[in-house]
Amino acid sequence: MTDDDLDQIDRNRRHFLAIATAVTGLVGAGVAIYPFLASLKPSARAQALGAPVEVSIGSLEPGEMVRVLWRGKLVFVLRRTEEMLKHLGDNLDRLKDPNSEVVEQQPEYAANATRSVKPEYLVVEGSCTHLGCAPIKDFEVRPADHWTGGFFCPCHGSTFDLAGRVYNGVPAPTNLRIPPHRFVRDDLVLIGQDAGAA
Amino acid sequence: MGKSMQVLFALTATFACVSAFASGGGADFEKSEIDPGNINSLQRGARNFMNYCSGCHSAKYVRFNTIGKYLELSDKQLIDNLMFNAERTFETINVSMRSGDARKWFGTLPPDMSLMGRSKGADYIFNFLKGFYIDPDSPTGVDNHFLPGTSMPHVLWELQGYQNAIYASHEDAEGNVIREFAGMEPATAGLMSADEYDEFVRDTTNFLAYIAEPIRSERRKLGVWVMMYLIFFLIIASMLKNQIWKDVKK
Amino acid sequence: MSRIESEVGKPKGGLMKWIDDRFPFTETMKYHVTEYYASKNFNFWYVFGVLAFVVLIIQFLSGIFLTMNYKPSSAEAFASVEYIMRDVEWGWLIRYVHSTGASFFFIVVYLHMFRAMLYGSYKKPRELIWIIGMMIFFVLFAEAFAGYLLPWGQMSYWGAQVIISLFGAIPVVGDGIVEFIRGDYSISDITLNRFFAMHVIVLPLALIGLVFVHIVALHEVGSSNPDGIEIKKKKGSDGIPLDGVAFHPYHTSKDLVAIIIFLMLFCAVIFFAPEMGGYFLEHANFEPANLLATPEHIAPVWYFTPFYSILRAVPDKLWGAILMGGSVLLPMFLPWLDRSRVRSIRYRGWIYKSALTCFAISFIALGWLGTQPAEAVYVLAARFFGIIYFAFFLLMPYYTAIDKTKPVPDRVVYHG
Repeated sequence: MTDDDLDQIDRNRRHFLAIATAVTGLVGAGVAIYPFLASLKPSARAQALGAPVEVSIGSLEPGEMVRVLWRGKLVFVLRRTEEMLKHLGDNLDRLKDPNSEVVEQQPEYAANATRSVKPEYLVVEGSCTHLGCAPIKDFEVRPADHWTGGFFCPCHGSTFDLAGRVYNGVPAPTNLRIPPHRFVRDDLVLIGQDAGAA
Repeated sequence: MGKSMQVLFALTATFACVSAFASGGGADFEKSEIDPGNINSLQRGARNFMNYCSGCHSAKYVRFNTIGKYLELSDKQLIDNLMFNAERTFETINVSMRSGDARKWFGTLPPDMSLMGRSKGADYIFNFLKGFYIDPDSPTGVDNHFLPGTSMPHVLWELQGYQNAIYASHEDAEGNVIREFAGMEPATAGLMSADEYDEFVRDTTNFLAYIAEPIRSERRKLGVWVMMYLIFFLIIASMLKNQIWKDVKK
Repeated sequence: MSRIESEVGKPKGGLMKWIDDRFPFTETMKYHVTEYYASKNFNFWYVFGVLAFVVLIIQFLSGIFLTMNYKPSSAEAFASVEYIMRDVEWGWLIRYVHSTGASFFFIVVYLHMFRAMLYGSYKKPRELIWIIGMMIFFVLFAEAFAGYLLPWGQMSYWGAQVIISLFGAIPVVGDGIVEFIRGDYSISDITLNRFFAMHVIVLPLALIGLVFVHIVALHEVGSSNPDGIEIKKKKGSDGIPLDGVAFHPYHTSKDLVAIIIFLMLFCAVIFFAPEMGGYFLEHANFEPANLLATPEHIAPVWYFTPFYSILRAVPDKLWGAILMGGSVLLPMFLPWLDRSRVRSIRYRGWIYKSALTCFAISFIALGWLGTQPAEAVYVLAARFFGIIYFAFFLLMPYYTAIDKTKPVPDRVVYHG
């Protein structure tokens, strides 16, 4: 074996070791970063505070709406009147997603014509899908404007019907989100827990 | 590599000595001999704590679901067996007693138990729970050898029974009489034998030591992996270093 | 020809050239890394500088993530630390990294300083590096002290009480200064809040600045070595010191091994003994600050105890404070106290070797005594070792001048 051969072996060996060291170090660093990033996720306390919220709806009159907070988010609970429900079919051609096809906007059990578990009760997040402002209610029917009542976002003018469905020609891209919820009793709704859950 | 390994061993040995030395002390305590890995003991301890202690002592940093996960208890088991005034499993262990009442009854606020296992240690808790003796001068009728003047009554008297402290007197070189604590002797019988009571207290202590640092066993398991990774890394990096330093002529 | 074009050694193009035309990146890398030559015979003692830098980074990272959940208020601080330990995912690890890092910082820095004393690294022309280093040490003290108050445990509170009260020993203005530091009539929410500001902004900024200057000054004169020889005096035909090897890849590969060994010890503590038997995390600090009762046995964290021992050994408030301050400040004057003609312990005589041994023993002894209760026998021992500590520095001009030195070789000793 000549010195040159030795040199070549050494160089290969060194090259291999350098790469092995770098890879090992980078893998270690990558794994070490994980706990730091994971620490930024909602903590056990945040999760506890984000627990389901009970809303008593026994005294809610038809046409009346309450606002509650779940995980710090505004949620509307609206008891729709017969007339409100009747109008839901009126403007289907002017809605962006009349059949609730964007799946992440509602739980499976609310992907229906009224976007609700019980047709009478609409439980919807009061957060405009454009940039998160809180829409205000505008339940007055104005046939001249083809307005059958709904929600109006004061920030950038997005409009939604009484099932939280967004109209065409406004900045909001999707329907208002329906949070997971279930009816514990006829007069008690639990927001934050799916219908199937115990 | 040889040199660095030598240094590593030297340093590790030094550390081992220091930590062995540092963990000594507390000589007059009977060792609690708790077994942190014994889930059954911890479950019994949790039950003991919730039944006998949690009326007055909170563990306000401890969530029921954290305990449930480690002690292998379902939400239902937690609710049925441990949660007396809490409704949801993510709640922390709080007391129903109002702090004003506590001050009125005990003259002081019963301390929170979340960290007692770390601030005082398991041995202290174990000995404290066994250290109540009859003292007619005390408003509670008892005093505690390990915390003289405590305002805590002997909550577990039904189980242990009452005991008397025995003192032995002897004279020192200068003729002064010295009274020394010599042990306890039972005054009334309890529901439990001495051994049963020891087990009861040991389980409770085990639980309190566990809630002081719920992550303890997980961190040890993780530590083994981290050390294995570092040893592997050390070997490769040492080989690389030796390879590179071959260039350097004497 | 402009400077930009003429200074580029080998032709290059693309991004590197674009950057180098605007920022001296390649030049800086060469000067400080690839063409910084340090002696090839560095031993075990020469890794602590780099390790101190590693701990600094560890403390910065873990500290940043702790501030995201810590609350600097007397009502919430203790609970927020427990919140980090229990409720924040991986919060326990981040907290243990930071608390262990504090102790390791001092282990590493003490060993780094002892290296300088072993091999005379502070001697001309490296006096300024030493002084800047001492300033880093002072800032580190303040940083650790401020940080120790933050968990708002019993030791945090009463430890701060004792140390802040020291300033009260200063005649006339003492009480005013104490109030000024606390911002209140006792240590309170206000004190905690400002200590937080000092700990996370003011002192870390000072540390970064000082460490930067420390390294710039070092690279200006070059690193010393275990033989205390200036390797720059013997250069090859290529202008490279004959006994020097480039920082990268030679010292970097060596330092990496040291860093991994360091991390093994570091992780051993974090995962298997984060309290380190009560030395790294004191037991009493798991109880929230109680303004009504001092813990039975109060001792500062171990890295303060050598100096704390000296304070306690003096039966006078003012003199205790002065001597403690003196014991911290004295090492700063080493470059002028040391009159020896050689740097390294290898070529010094028996007098300095014995003196340094006595110093090391008394420093460790004082440290241990500081953790013990203030009983008469311990106080007496602290006086004895305190006198040795001061004698080491104050008598140094005499004994180093008369100490017999051995001849220093021309080239460093290297066995490969």
